[in-house]
Amino acid sequence: MSLEVIKLQCQRGEKELFSELSFALRSKQLMRIEGQNGTGKTTLLRTLCGLYQPEAGEVHWNGKSIKKLGEEYLKDLFYLGHHNAIKADLSALENLQINTALAGETYSEDDLLQALDDIGLFGSEYKPTAHLSQGQKRRVALAGLLLSKAKLWVLDEPFVALDGFAVKLLQEVIAKHIENEGMAILTTHQEVPLTNGEILSISLDLNSSSTGNESTSSDD
Amino acid sequence: MTSAFGTILKRDLLLALRRRSEIFTVLFFFIVVISLFPLGVGTEEKILQQMAPGVVWIAALLASTLALDRLFSADYEDGTLEKIVLSPSSLSMSVFAKILAHWLLTGLPLVLISPLLGLFYHLPMDSIFVMMFVLFIGTPVLSMLGAIAAALTLGLRGGGVLVSLLVLPLYIPVLVYGAGAISTSMITGVSIEPYVLLLLAFSLLSIVFSPWVTAAALKISLE
Repeated sequence: MSLEVIKLQCQRGEKELFSELSFALRSKQLMRIEGQNGTGKTTLLRTLCGLYQPEAGEVHWNGKSIKKLGEEYLKDLFYLGHHNAIKADLSALENLQINTALAGETYSEDDLLQALDDIGLFGSEYKPTAHLSQGQKRRVALAGLLLSKAKLWVLDEPFVALDGFAVKLLQEVIAKHIENEGMAILTTHQEVPLTNGEILSISLDLNSSSTGNESTSSDD
Repeated sequence: MTSAFGTILKRDLLLALRRRSEIFTVLFFFIVVISLFPLGVGTEEKILQQMAPGVVWIAALLASTLALDRLFSADYEDGTLEKIVLSPSSLSMSVFAKILAHWLLTGLPLVLISPLLGLFYHLPMDSIFVMMFVLFIGTPVLSMLGAIAAALTLGLRGGGVLVSLLVLPLYIPVLVYGAGAISTSMITGVSIEPYVLLLLAFSLLSIVFSPWVTAAALKISLE
């Protein structure tokens, strides 16, 4: 399993966000993308998912372009964006059931309730999510992560709006995923110890847009 | 492939049940527009009969554009549209499920209420059946074409009005042949078959191509 980014270049309107960006990620590795607001972290993550078409460059999954792989790549991918992707009129349980079904996975109601329980939503499973707090809504979205069988997790600011307990739980979930041959890419502004596996980090912070702005460093 | 289709269809119907106002807005708009005409032009049987086909279809066109705006924008705003696009199944089928749900919620009720409105306009029984039938095969075209426009204008400010402006001219063939079929049914000895066949052709053509085009438009709009 490997994700390869080859000479990626993205721009938003007139502004070039990054260019000549290359890196590779393998099983048991976690990548953290750093950068100030507006440097293109979200755009990069969306490009990795195929939601955004880069100006130049390619993203390869197991050696093949994600454009060609299409649905095959999407099976291995879990994306959590800024929005929680939950419906306010539906309950936490219904939302989780729909989101897992859309990911092509089916679970019994017990499994779904267990996942909601694990993430700390006991007692709120049947309430419309409109009645939940921001952090609880985020938890509904993250409950999908507990169940996901996807190899590659792309998480955009997963720790936002979470309390200490949930942050710790999420760290454990990510660490376990990495240990189980998984890989994850995430953006966060918080300093959090994520895993004892290999962590790569990449920064989009350089202002000069013409030079390659990658600074890959790995620490064990 | 079928699982995403079923999931989305079920989800959209469930959401509509939780929030019924959206269905009723469209239905009541349709009824109100049709009921206003006799008040304005008088209740003479002959005039009403002559006007009925056009009035019913124009009301149906306007009513169907009402809900188009929300077809994708609600999912776009809460991020569920990204989930649907990133689902490992055919996006065209998922889009088809959404359009089908939209038609079941906004098109089908118009078909079912139309006999009552036919009575307002003194339509003969045969013509009422014809009207129901042509609405049944014509309204899917409205949802299908509307979906393309809704996908193209997704995320734009003032998208709602733009959708109507984009889509109403495209509805003209449906209006012409749909209303034509009902008018012709009131003349004895003339077959309505050509109208019905053409409407069916539009319907099938739009069902085949629209989900595919809409899926492509959605991908562009999501960027």
